[in-house]
Amino acid sequence: MIYREAGQYKTSYEADRAVFPLRQDRIGIALIIVAAYAAGVFGSDFLLQAVLIPFLIFSLAAIGLNILVGYAGLLSLGTGAFMGVGAYACYKLMTAFPEVNVVVWILMSGFFSAAVGVFFGLPSLRIKGFYLAVATLAAQFFLQWSFNRIPWLYNYNISGAIEAPLSTLFGVPITGATATSEARYFVVLTLVIGLTWLASNLVHGRIGRQWMAIRDMDIAAELIGIRPLTAKLMAFACSSYFVGVAGAMMVFLWYGGAEYNVFNIDQSFFILFMIIIGGLGSLIGSFMGAALIFMLPIGLGIVLPAITEPFGLTVGAATIEHLRFMIVGALIIFFLIVEPHGLARLWQIGKQKLRVWPFPY
Amino acid sequence: MSADHAHSFAAADALEETAAPAGGGAPAARARSDEVLLSVENVSLGFGGVKALTDVSFDIRKGEIRAIIGPNGAGKTSMLNCINGFYHPTEGRITFKGQTRPKMRPHEAAAGGIARTFQNVALFKGMSTLDNIMTGRSLKMRTNVFWQLVRFGPATREEVEHRRKVEDIIDFLQIQHIRKTPVGKLPYGLQKRVELGRALAMEPELLLLDEPMAGMNLEEKEDMSRFILDVNQEFGTTIALIEHDMGVVMDLSDRVVVLEYGRKIADGTPDEVKANQAVIDAYLGVPH
Repeated sequence: MIYREAGQYKTSYEADRAVFPLRQDRIGIALIIVAAYAAGVFGSDFLLQAVLIPFLIFSLAAIGLNILVGYAGLLSLGTGAFMGVGAYACYKLMTAFPEVNVVVWILMSGFFSAAVGVFFGLPSLRIKGFYLAVATLAAQFFLQWSFNRIPWLYNYNISGAIEAPLSTLFGVPITGATATSEARYFVVLTLVIGLTWLASNLVHGRIGRQWMAIRDMDIAAELIGIRPLTAKLMAFACSSYFVGVAGAMMVFLWYGGAEYNVFNIDQSFFILFMIIIGGLGSLIGSFMGAALIFMLPIGLGIVLPAITEPFGLTVGAATIEHLRFMIVGALIIFFLIVEPHGLARLWQIGKQKLRVWPFPY
Repeated sequence: MSADHAHSFAAADALEETAAPAGGGAPAARARSDEVLLSVENVSLGFGGVKALTDVSFDIRKGEIRAIIGPNGAGKTSMLNCINGFYHPTEGRITFKGQTRPKMRPHEAAAGGIARTFQNVALFKGMSTLDNIMTGRSLKMRTNVFWQLVRFGPATREEVEHRRKVEDIIDFLQIQHIRKTPVGKLPYGLQKRVELGRALAMEPELLLLDEPMAGMNLEEKEDMSRFILDVNQEFGTTIALIEHDMGVVMDLSDRVVVLEYGRKIADGTPDEVKANQAVIDAYLGVPH
């Protein structure tokens, strides 16, 4: 009964093109944002460091990949490597110009991965689908090799790893060993909210429509006057930007340091699964997919022992780990069968049902 | 992308008002001239050994409805594909608005003012009717990436301004009720209408319609015919259409060109073409 659009008239095209036309949706989003900031104040260290920070970072990477796969219809398996480009670019920039604030460099590093993304996106003008996926796979392996074999990228460290040096924002350390998870969480949250807003603006405007046109019917799109070259490379650039920033954030605001093998093909698949489960071509789906794929195993790790212990079964940590894999795998297959369009579609159906509740239609 | 070809809807209304008293009949009210908008000269198109078009010449005058007919496989769609730059003729040349371009890419043709609908509906299936037609206005939108990113100020103004134009088209085609429906869910007849709307959103000078009535029932055909005539008269758009329904072709078009096996066999007014022996033979066959 609460979720109704009755009485909310749209009297202008400005109101009609709003991303959240319903007042209830706007209130809901505001509440979620307030709750997210409140979590930073009241949440435990475990909640922030092990759950929320990585969830937000993976969501941002998923948004980036979703722009490419979900909106522009170009399949990519190079996400992990593009995250790596962002991370290594940020590391080089930070160590070369330590006087500039790290947040600036995190945002700048996305431009480097965007440039690399455009370069490896060039084949998309000729090839589509699985063939393009194979071409981006080349990017994945080549870049990962570079992270390992080009010592200049990690400043000739003997360990071969990149590490986040100490840096502060408004006097509070946000990267390095002394940064608290609260401080890092607030930075991550603010960046993710801001970048999600930008992504939402992009996909709801002219550029987003052009991407979807290329995705749905590229010949018709070209005959309308959309240049496939610009639209596709733009998609690669924007997608890689978000992915690159997510990579930089992963190393500097979550791990604190990383080696080249963090950005391997598993990472690419991990994020691809998120958007497939969450919903292709949906920003909220990116968040839902990241939540399901990343937080479900953590949740199960907590819930499973709680279920088994009352029965006197002491399950070893290894068994729980295996069970988690099995349950998550089964759930993914379940979701793909029940709702191939992802959690975002389920969410939409739920909202539609709620709108007319208690009547069926 | 010249500014002079952007005839607005207001201008089209004015044109209709001046033309209306001339008579109620469709051909009389039409703003026609002898000015040639597009001319096809000795065009041949071959795919390897297959000759799709052989030495075809005809012209399309400004403001007319020009039909291209012929039996299956005659090369009609290939002809349209040549005109909007999707194929490049192996020989001959195509002149549009006095400019001959040897190799024109489809998006250049679109920028020059050629719009097109497809034989099999080619809509953007995942998008709503409104977004489909809005996409048709991509070429007219100018705001840069920065304003697109913040979705504020000029970007909003532009979007709203184009939305008004799109709503005019939606009203014109009477598809208000499906504005927010994903086009994949629409019945075939409505999809055809949305596709016409998307082409109209480009405010083209030359509109190419590839079998606009294919697979429609009588009522839908009548509706579509009315829309085509209205587009021609109200907006002054020149139309080239391919159609198999001879009743529709003869009623709508000013002049008809007939293709068979990639060659032109007849060209003239519907009455001339109907009486042409070669055309009758092509359609009905000749005793051997």
